[in-house]
Amino acid sequence: MSNTQASNGAHARIYVVVFVALLALTIVTVSLSYLHLSVFPSVLLALIVASIKGYLVSNYFMHLISERRLIYAILVLTGIFFLSLIFLPLSHFHDRVG
Amino acid sequence: MAHVAAVAHTGNHHEHPLGFLQKYIFSQDHKVIGLQYLLTSLCFLFFGFSLMMMMRWQLAYPGQPIPFIGGLLGEANAPGGIMLPEFYNQLGAMHGTIMVFLGVVPLAVGAFGNYVVPLQIGAPDMAFPKLNMMSYWVYFLGGVTMLASFLMPGGAANSGWTSYAPLSVIATMGQTVWLFGMVFLITSSLLGSINFIVTIVQLRARGLTFMRLPFFVWSQLVTSFLLLLAFPPLEAAGVMQLMDRLAGTSFFMPSGLVVAGEVMPYSGGGSPLLWQHLFWFLAHPEVYVLILPALGIVAEIVANNTRKPLWGYNSLVYAAIFLGFMSFIVWAHHMFLTGMGTVISTFFQTTTMIISIPSVIILTALFISLWGASMRFNTQMLFALAFLPMFGIGGLTGLPLGLAPTDIHLHDTYYVIGHFHYVVAPGTIFALFAGVYHWYPKVTGRMMNEFWGKFHFWGSLVCMNGIFMPMFVQGLAGVSRRLYDGGQQYAHAQGVFHLNEWMSISAWMLALFQIPFIINFFLSSRKGRKVESDNPWEATTLEWATPTPPPHGNFTVVPEVHRGPYEYSVPGHLRDYTPQHQPEKA
Amino acid sequence: MQIPYTVAERPDTGVFNAKLGIWLFLASEVMLFGALFSSYILLRTGALAWPHGYTILNVPLATLNTVVLITSSITMVMSWVALRNRDFGKYRKYIGGTVLLGFVFLIIKAIEYGAKFEHHLYPSENTFLAIYFTLTGLHGLHVIGGMIVNAYFWGPGSKMWVTDPERFTNRIEVAGLYWHFVDLVWIFLFPVLYLL
Ligand code: HEM
Ligand SMILES: [Cu+2]
Repeated sequence: MSNTQASNGAHARIYVVVFVALLALTIVTVSLSYLHLSVFPSVLLALIVASIKGYLVSNYFMHLISERRLIYAILVLTGIFFLSLIFLPLSHFHDRVG
Repeated sequence: MAHVAAVAHTGNHHEHPLGFLQKYIFSQDHKVIGLQYLLTSLCFLFFGFSLMMMMRWQLAYPGQPIPFIGGLLGEANAPGGIMLPEFYNQLGAMHGTIMVFLGVVPLAVGAFGNYVVPLQIGAPDMAFPKLNMMSYWVYFLGGVTMLASFLMPGGAANSGWTSYAPLSVIATMGQTVWLFGMVFLITSSLLGSINFIVTIVQLRARGLTFMRLPFFVWSQLVTSFLLLLAFPPLEAAGVMQLMDRLAGTSFFMPSGLVVAGEVMPYSGGGSPLLWQHLFWFLAHPEVYVLILPALGIVAEIVANNTRKPLWGYNSLVYAAIFLGFMSFIVWAHHMFLTGMGTVISTFFQTTTMIISIPSVIILTALFISLWGASMRFNTQMLFALAFLPMFGIGGLTGLPLGLAPTDIHLHDTYYVIGHFHYVVAPGTIFALFAGVYHWYPKVTGRMMNEFWGKFHFWGSLVCMNGIFMPMFVQGLAGVSRRLYDGGQQYAHAQGVFHLNEWMSISAWMLALFQIPFIINFFLSSRKGRKVESDNPWEATTLEWATPTPPPHGNFTVVPEVHRGPYEYSVPGHLRDYTPQHQPEKA
Repeated sequence: MQIPYTVAERPDTGVFNAKLGIWLFLASEVMLFGALFSSYILLRTGALAWPHGYTILNVPLATLNTVVLITSSITMVMSWVALRNRDFGKYRKYIGGTVLLGFVFLIIKAIEYGAKFEHHLYPSENTFLAIYFTLTGLHGLHVIGGMIVNAYFWGPGSKMWVTDPERFTNRIEVAGLYWHFVDLVWIFLFPVLYLL
């Protein structure tokens, strides 16, 4: 924690920018839902917006952007298992006999 | 929760004496916690085994009153001492649950992991001592909850250790208690696994690089990752099943379910298969949780008693990592019979065949390590040596279960029971016994009796095979598991039914052969031969560099590591072992 | 006895113990919520009919709650910045604000739940409501957990600022990581349950 006051001030400004962006994206995603698009585009758009928001929160508020390799490695591993947990059961449900 | 993770020991430099409660009950010392885990899990193992001994009576002599204890089981369970099918189901479900979640895992990870890992990496304690203490007590709470479920109306959980829906959702009260118990046990495992990973990654002594870690530590590291990432989906599934049972939701309840001629009052729309996916997402990695620490213990003991380096240490490590990774994507080989299409079934068959490779590598490396060694055949080595072929049988008989064409016939027969018991009983349990004999002198400062140790070993070896070998025969004949009368009413079981008696007698004999172990275990701590040095087995790893027994804080001098874990019989060295902390060759 | 790297970073891994611990914990949380999301997808794709969230649930209230939670995230991170600037007074204000915003979130959630129960919409009604109540309920429990931790660091736990400021700052960082994660989960829950 050898950060100087100045760089903390810079961080604080970034946090405020991120905060405003998150608010804006919340408005975007709610407005999109009022368009009543069909299932596929609405899911896609909602997920894209949510992912951007997730990216902002994890990278800035949780400062992943300057985190160590060790933490990344753990998260990548978790990500792989997360995806297999989502998609393997799903593919079973789409590939069924009887 | 974040707070808990952040709490660490506020080091007290001057060891002011702790009260009894702090020293033995709510201790934060990893060694005391390890011993708490050891004693508790051994009790649960014995309890789970006792349930099985009652079941074995029913299988061997269906419909006959159980001698001695039959009258104590209560009219609701065994009127006139004759076991009811409902009670058999409770015993079976609780045997599986207790053995896996309350016996073997807490013994392998909670006890051995806790006691040995910090010592082997040269750490003063676990990274989060308070968390460690909590993890034990939450486990204890889970255990008590599970035991209490026998007192529920309708008795304990009776839908098997797998708790398949929809059966489990409409089952008696005991299932709810089972689910709460599981939530406690999962929480305890999570706390423990975070602690292990942080300890191993952060608290290694100077010079102890990852590729110098004893294989036991590696096995615990991989195991912790499995527990960390595989258990949460079961926790989620447990919450959903609780919702189904308590709030009337239909996560696992299909539409229009009719039970005993009555339409069930569920809105429907749920999927029983969803439960199976979430359950096996945990339960397959769980089998590696059962076996990896055992492999770690065996590796330590083999290296120590062959007086040779392990053959292929690097390939052992990489195989263990690969095994851990793959174990997350093979789970649906337990579900070939659920109407799986060919594509997805091929995927899981392939991953299953792939995962057998690292297991074979590990086993082969351990076998080759024996080559040309002048071995010391002490008790722990005997158990470790027996582990190898027993685990081999368990593993090889698993291959036909991983291929759909054969599994369709073998699924849910006694063949499956035989297969996984070879892995966990004469496999893992033997390794755990070996671990007890091996580390006993470090913990107590005294040796266990060798004669009774060997007696224990030979008796157990014979009996274990007496129980489990005939299961393959019965299974191949098509006898289903979970039959409360051992298949008496089925034509195809008639030719193999008589084996039940023999198997049951072996099971009871097995119990008798544990008596010398229990006596040896307790008596030797008082009467056993005192060890002459801190390193009675002349081993190389760091746990033997501590005083005996290790004090709070473990090491008198902060250890520094200069070499790999298994430098035995290095040419040019004076002695046939060179401890890891020894600076130059001597 | 002193456990190493409780405050300082271990040189070769670059992290202190609790930092690694909390990320591991969050990894397990990802798998926990991942399993529930997986269940949601399976139930939905397998269902004959599935209601749009906005036909049953209150989108304006949930939007408000999203804003509340995002705001609590920035107060949380600001409390950490304040500590790094050695401004304890400011820290207390921000962390206190975070706890209060958590309360506001729970109150709004309770109003939502109440409205559902009034219309006899219980979890047992259909699988949509089942997963809605389960996911938001579990998330709510996480909010409560985080509030307890933060309240502790606002009150009695903050004594450590005097004895060991470095370590206290680390603790707030770690508590923050957890709190942001709870926010992150909501960011996905909100569109999935309410808007699709
Ligand atoms: C050494 C003594 C043991 C004996 C004699 C024994 C015997 C049995 C038998 C006969 C069954 C089948 C019951 C039935 O299908 O009706 C069974 C089931 C089972 N056993 Fe064991 N077992 C032993 C140890 C273990 C150990 C050490 C573990 C785990 C680590 C274990 C885990 C299980 C599980 C998970 C089941 C399946 C329960 C179910 O069907 O839900 N057993 N055991
Ligand atoms: Cu499996």
